[in-house]
Amino acid sequence: MDRILFGDNQFFGINHMSDEHARAQSMQFQSNGAVMAMLDGVLEEGIEVLMCTTHERVAAICETIRAQPARYRRLKIYPCMPYAHKYANAVSELGIIETVRKFLPDESPLAAAVKSGIAVARRDVDALIRRLIDAEMKMFVAIPTPVIFLQNVVTDLALGLGFHEALRTFHDHVRERYGAEPGFITMNLPRLLEALDAVGIDNPIVCANVNKIGFRMCGGLPAYEEAVASRKFRAVAMSVFASGAIPAAEAIEYVCAQPRIESIVFGASSLAKVRHTKYLIDHYTALGRGEPCSVRVE
Amino acid sequence: MHTLDTPPIRIAIAGLGKMGLSHQAIVNAHPDLELVAVCDPATWLLDIIGRYTKVATYSDYARMLERERLDAVLVATPSRLHARMVRAALEHGLDVFCEKPFCLDVEEGARLVALAAERGAVTQVGYHNRFLGTFEEVRRLLDVDAIGRVHHARVDCYGPVVLRPKGATWRSSRNEGGGCLYDYACHGIDLLSFTVGAPSGVSGSILSSVFSASADDEVYANLSYADGKTAQLSANWSDDSHRKMSTTLVLWGTNGKIEASRQELHIHLRTPVAARPDLAAGWNVRYTTDLTTPVWFYLRGEEYSAQIDYFAESIRQRRVDSHCSLAAGLATDLVADMIRRDAAGAAGAGAGAGSATDLVTASGVPGRWGRLRDAVLSSPETIMKALKGSP
Repeated sequence: MDRILFGDNQFFGINHMSDEHARAQSMQFQSNGAVMAMLDGVLEEGIEVLMCTTHERVAAICETIRAQPARYRRLKIYPCMPYAHKYANAVSELGIIETVRKFLPDESPLAAAVKSGIAVARRDVDALIRRLIDAEMKMFVAIPTPVIFLQNVVTDLALGLGFHEALRTFHDHVRERYGAEPGFITMNLPRLLEALDAVGIDNPIVCANVNKIGFRMCGGLPAYEEAVASRKFRAVAMSVFASGAIPAAEAIEYVCAQPRIESIVFGASSLAKVRHTKYLIDHYTALGRGEPCSVRVE
Repeated sequence: MHTLDTPPIRIAIAGLGKMGLSHQAIVNAHPDLELVAVCDPATWLLDIIGRYTKVATYSDYARMLERERLDAVLVATPSRLHARMVRAALEHGLDVFCEKPFCLDVEEGARLVALAAERGAVTQVGYHNRFLGTFEEVRRLLDVDAIGRVHHARVDCYGPVVLRPKGATWRSSRNEGGGCLYDYACHGIDLLSFTVGAPSGVSGSILSSVFSASADDEVYANLSYADGKTAQLSANWSDDSHRKMSTTLVLWGTNGKIEASRQELHIHLRTPVAARPDLAAGWNVRYTTDLTTPVWFYLRGEEYSAQIDYFAESIRQRRVDSHCSLAAGLATDLVADMIRRDAAGAAGAGAGAGSATDLVTASGVPGRWGRLRDAVLSSPETIMKALKGSP
């Protein structure tokens, strides 16, 4: 995995601290042109991975990327699926049964079970999960997606329900069908690592909040630090600034002081912020490795 | 955490829709709760749940109550089913968590509140905004009179639920408790109850459809309080300028103003307050990141976990008078009912179509209904008296 991943929350008006910021960002990135201009700038800064949800607007971004292969030859996408609102809204509008019908072809065994009440077999559920992954992956055709993530709302729903086999199915399908590394986003890192262990997933990629104020780190800051230091998994740190609650240098210093964190994902709505954050990550990463630093952080 | 001295609380969930499944994950992850059984009419869903998780499954609620040894039930079925499921649970001597809105028929709601009091049951209604860090802080600020005497409040609830004239679920049918009034608006009403109390009167109510054929999509009302305070409620679930439901509460007081949303709190003080030396005169900004208490398991927001934790804690402590009990849920249902009546009256369409209409006397004086409403605003005992009182 790359050290630095660029996130997409700012493009879709998602800000965990302020509605006002969220709205300003959603206005700023209303046009796909504005999104692409930002991505171009991010690439120029040397960040070559976009970690993004399977939001419908991402399909249009993928079109643009496919249309200019030379320009975007270095760019990789780490998709995060699903964009849960799509399914949640369908359930509110249509109910669960109609939603299953809508997202499943008529001939699928599960659709038949829903219609006629016949028993659902284990293989039908496995097939359903695989089909849903394929549907989400359609928009990324011909774009390199070396890591594919399951969004936290689904990871944590399966985790809470105890439906851990769904996580295994996701893992297997991503490897088998896409030759990619599966990743899991979670708000409950210590608990998830136990569950992944239990279904035999070895050295998984797991993306979780890592910030020095413990914001949305369920299980507590000490348990997270302990897990990062001692558990066998490939950690991706997100929400490192806790939505802006921690000053940038302090936030990055904290994350980079944990050498087993492999990657850091962050979003920003200005190139100046992107440049500054990358500079901080490079600086503190070098410091953490005991390498000489040519730059000084104010 | 349960120990040998405090065994886990055995709980079942009725209704596995969006809220039910989310509750199932949260309940299942809670260290003090033992999820024993779930119940839903969709057998294919029960098949999956039964196969992949360790919980017992039922398609018949009564059978589940008969067969399982339970301490509590969580009801997350469509609203029109709440009343009889809550009643059955209370009659089985169980503690009850009921999704909002509590009860579409306010008279039956009042009987259930009385029944819960009689049985000493711990109850809770799923108004999760009460467990958001920002709104909890508003409560604490009001407890120390930070903005002086509150004279006006405004609550706005907007979001994208009904965006086209279609919809096949109970949410699009007013008779089943669908519509913006029993959804978004109830959250707004509850938030007012939580912070400044329940209103005693309603006027200028508007319930109108934007897209729905048989339910309201927007709700506007003026609320008045016994102490002279006023409030305005504005709810619209056909507004897709918001990515998801957005709720904002604004309070004006003699010493300042508070603006609160899920994420931020803006407090403007005229003069500093001794009890809160952390706040300066002028604007003060607080963010959810400072105000949120960590939870043991996170799924969709801390508040969904925190409310379940509070319920478990209430059961442990036998806290029968919690701030979000069935009585509090009923207070919100009553205001919704007042708005429905007021809007219907204003539209010249009679006094509404619900079963609560018969509580209004022929002369139009609120009579028994009015006494019931006043009782709900005081205590379960007075509700019982009002129910037994002469027509």
